[in-house]
Amino acid sequence: MPYGPHTPEDRAAMLGAIGVASVDELFADIPAALRASELRLPPPETEAELADRLRRLAGRNRVDLVSFLGAGAYRHFVPAVVDQLLLRGEFYTAYTPYQPEISQGTLQTIYEYQSMMGELTGMDVVSASHYDGATATAEGALMTCRATHRERVLVSRGVHPHYRQTLCTYFGGADLVAEEIPLVADGPAAGTIDMAVLERMLADPDRPVAGVVVANPNFLGLLEPMAQAGRLAHAAGALFVSVVEPVSLAVLAAPASYGAEIACGEGQPLGIPLAYGGPYLGILACREALVRQIPGRLVGMTTDVDGRRAFVMTLRAREQDIRREKASSNICTNQALCALAASIYMAAIGPHGLRDVAALGAARAAELERALAESGAPRLHPGPYLNEFAVRVPNAPEVHRRLLARGVLAGLALAEVEPDDPSLADALLVCATEVTTADEIEVFAWALRDEIEQGRQLSLPGLADSRGGRAESGGRAETAGGHARHAIGDAR
Amino acid sequence: MTAAGDRLGPTLFERSRPGRGGGKIPHPPKDALSRIPADHLRTDGPHLPEVAEPELTRHYVNLSQLNYALDTGFYPLGSCTMKFNPKVNEWAARLPGFADLHPFAPDELAQGTLQLLWELEQALAEIGGMRAVTLQPAAGAQGELTGILMVRAYHRARGDFGRTEVLVPDSAHGTNPATASMAGFRTIEIPAAADGGIDLDGFRAHLGPTTAAVMITNPSTLGLFESRIGELLEAVHAAGALAYMDGANLNAIMGRFKPGEAGFDLMHINVHKTFSTPHGGGGPGAGPVGVGEKLLPFLPWPRVLREPDGTFRTERPGERPQSIGRMRAFAGSTGVLVRAYAYIRAHGAAGLREVSDDAVLAANYLKARLAGVLDIPFSRHCMHEFVASGATLKAQTGIRTLDVAKRLIDYGYHPPTIYFPLTVEEALLIEPTETEALETLDAFVAALRAIVDEAHNDPELLHSAPHSSPVRRLDETTAARQPNLRWRGMTGEQTPCPD
Repeated sequence: MPYGPHTPEDRAAMLGAIGVASVDELFADIPAALRASELRLPPPETEAELADRLRRLAGRNRVDLVSFLGAGAYRHFVPAVVDQLLLRGEFYTAYTPYQPEISQGTLQTIYEYQSMMGELTGMDVVSASHYDGATATAEGALMTCRATHRERVLVSRGVHPHYRQTLCTYFGGADLVAEEIPLVADGPAAGTIDMAVLERMLADPDRPVAGVVVANPNFLGLLEPMAQAGRLAHAAGALFVSVVEPVSLAVLAAPASYGAEIACGEGQPLGIPLAYGGPYLGILACREALVRQIPGRLVGMTTDVDGRRAFVMTLRAREQDIRREKASSNICTNQALCALAASIYMAAIGPHGLRDVAALGAARAAELERALAESGAPRLHPGPYLNEFAVRVPNAPEVHRRLLARGVLAGLALAEVEPDDPSLADALLVCATEVTTADEIEVFAWALRDEIEQGRQLSLPGLADSRGGRAESGGRAETAGGHARHAIGDAR
Repeated sequence: MTAAGDRLGPTLFERSRPGRGGGKIPHPPKDALSRIPADHLRTDGPHLPEVAEPELTRHYVNLSQLNYALDTGFYPLGSCTMKFNPKVNEWAARLPGFADLHPFAPDELAQGTLQLLWELEQALAEIGGMRAVTLQPAAGAQGELTGILMVRAYHRARGDFGRTEVLVPDSAHGTNPATASMAGFRTIEIPAAADGGIDLDGFRAHLGPTTAAVMITNPSTLGLFESRIGELLEAVHAAGALAYMDGANLNAIMGRFKPGEAGFDLMHINVHKTFSTPHGGGGPGAGPVGVGEKLLPFLPWPRVLREPDGTFRTERPGERPQSIGRMRAFAGSTGVLVRAYAYIRAHGAAGLREVSDDAVLAANYLKARLAGVLDIPFSRHCMHEFVASGATLKAQTGIRTLDVAKRLIDYGYHPPTIYFPLTVEEALLIEPTETEALETLDAFVAALRAIVDEAHNDPELLHSAPHSSPVRRLDETTAARQPNLRWRGMTGEQTPCPD
């Protein structure tokens, strides 16, 4: 065993003190008929061998492409100080601060996280964190049902599809109803929540609505009329839940300012690595009136017996280890280390830095919009956006695949996640952040123009089998992209 | 006011001065936001702290030093398996190929991670004796919810809508009943038998056509292997119910007991316990769930699959229609799972079996050494942890387990879990794990012995403990009655503490 300290003499001494001849005797309570068959696993590896294996596995992932992929997880610059401090063993090898006298480090960092997230969202109460944006949103929706004693929640189709699917799983378990509010199909408000339908859904007197859940920016990157949606929700006695992206809150209106009672979202953009989906940071915040409904840990300020300021987990009577089957959720842990990463990130770049991240992303996105439009891929929706938007590309999933071979990760082909929505069949969702460069935009735009032109030629009658044009014009973009065509296809 | 000379420092908000910090992010063009209608924009703030990096660094390093942690000392927190967190795991999770991979990266860009996840699923399935494993759940509690939602889906798929109850022993973790409620079930708690184990007759009295599942922690939260588990599993299945194993205590039984082989239909695994991923001050963890044949169709979507050509892919929408659906966004807490994978590959089968053997050996050793110091309510051999009780000490001296725990802090130890399980008076749940040296265990015994002596000779010392920690006992009542849950504003100066 690589990390065990016991010598044979130690083990013998321990067995002697216990009064048994072998460790097998300690397992005598396992009935003979139920003892395990032989454990079959790959052989152990030394640290040198293991490091080599892990390096090779990591190397099989491709993270070198020019990427415009966001869709709920975002690439950002993370100052070096964030990870250096996260590597303090005193933070990452401690557990839940059950003993506050020797956990003030973790407790104060959580309190500071709650405070900073309270500032971003404008909310009074911020949970010490949930698993991710999807589960925080599901828990936020469940809160509205507990608070109003109603069983029906309306969720915008503009909420991230994974969040809607997760919410659906959670609501199925609780025998509650979640219904989708459609998005406007065309016109100036295309891609944002359909207010007329929302009003009709809220008007059903026999099926009162507990909460209305709307994302801003929405999954398609568009800014929603949050104040208006909130007013409709409130007029029907429902709570308003805002699903937010925290970097955007440096420049966009805070949920509290447009009347939301609950804010939730994904904290990954605040200095947390992409890491293929986690661990991330579920943001859940609410107004003071809902404090007893919010699930998960809360840290409060208090004093010790000597009058020193100190921090402690509080309002614990909501939690599973005390309330058991009557708890507000079964959540036990939080994402303390991820909340710490977000706190250090926010403190390291400061309020002006965070505004710069958001604004620079918006500026790069505008450049991207112009470049893609010139390449023949105009925006799909006319409304305002911050740093992410959908563009119309004929045969988008196929073009997306071809661009991979040119070293470009062209955002997300929306048909992959919304296969049932014909309006998104020919669309790529693309984003830019402060790390997106003009060169990257140029590479993408060139390659996309080339693919679109070839697509046009191929779709002309009589040219369907012609590959000559492809190879010719492909050369130019290959140079720009720096990757050989079909490199990805060969890797399979 | 904050006392002079103590180790507490100001908050970030008190350290903030306008104009400090910066230099991290290039400035955007002035008109970057001019295309966005004003009614979408924030008019004020956000008022985040402005701190320069040197002070920021000291702030966090000083805060870190107020924490007790595994890297600083012995942490025998029962039911939490505070084992050493190997450093190579931290290195591995930070490799750019893992850390920079976008969760929506197409499968062909993610072959390394997909292979790792697939191999980890295979390994966990083998350890648990299960047919398949989902790595999606974000924590043990979410693993429980995943499992119980699968139980529900299983019964419903058979047209059986009458199963509304989940049975748990009264020593169960609070997450078990809370999970059952979240999945729409009613919980029935079954008191333990006199020896601390499962009361078979108690369970049989409630098992029937309304039972959806039983949730059993094995070894139990008392640190005991449930020796009547075979009979219970038979009774559960005869009643048409499913058997869920809470794998919180898997660290005791690797290579000795495979729950799936023994008849459990599903289980969750806390990788932050058994598989050494850091507890992180309260998370993040991960809670993979293993299932037997019956529950395969209901696993969360999407799974990672291996193609005949040896490549890996994720399931497509609609590919497995009976799935309970998604439990969270994206694939899972992959960064955590990389660490668990590294741990398992470092050990292999013999190494993992030795982990469990040494964990059980260390717990029994501590238990033997503490007999006569504290009450040991269950004398049979324990697994990886055991319950001690301060009941006699309290009767003799008035000193509560809470006081003993607080005094352990002065001796340089993290206290064990206290007042859990709820079924044992003045309980201390002690779990040494396999990574603590013999001399550490001996020193811990000596400390407890000394504290018991103090309880008899100088009880006030214990009532007022701890004395050496950065802060002393806290006013938790005021914290709950007048909650102060966030700072407001940047004062730029140290603020008096609340009265």
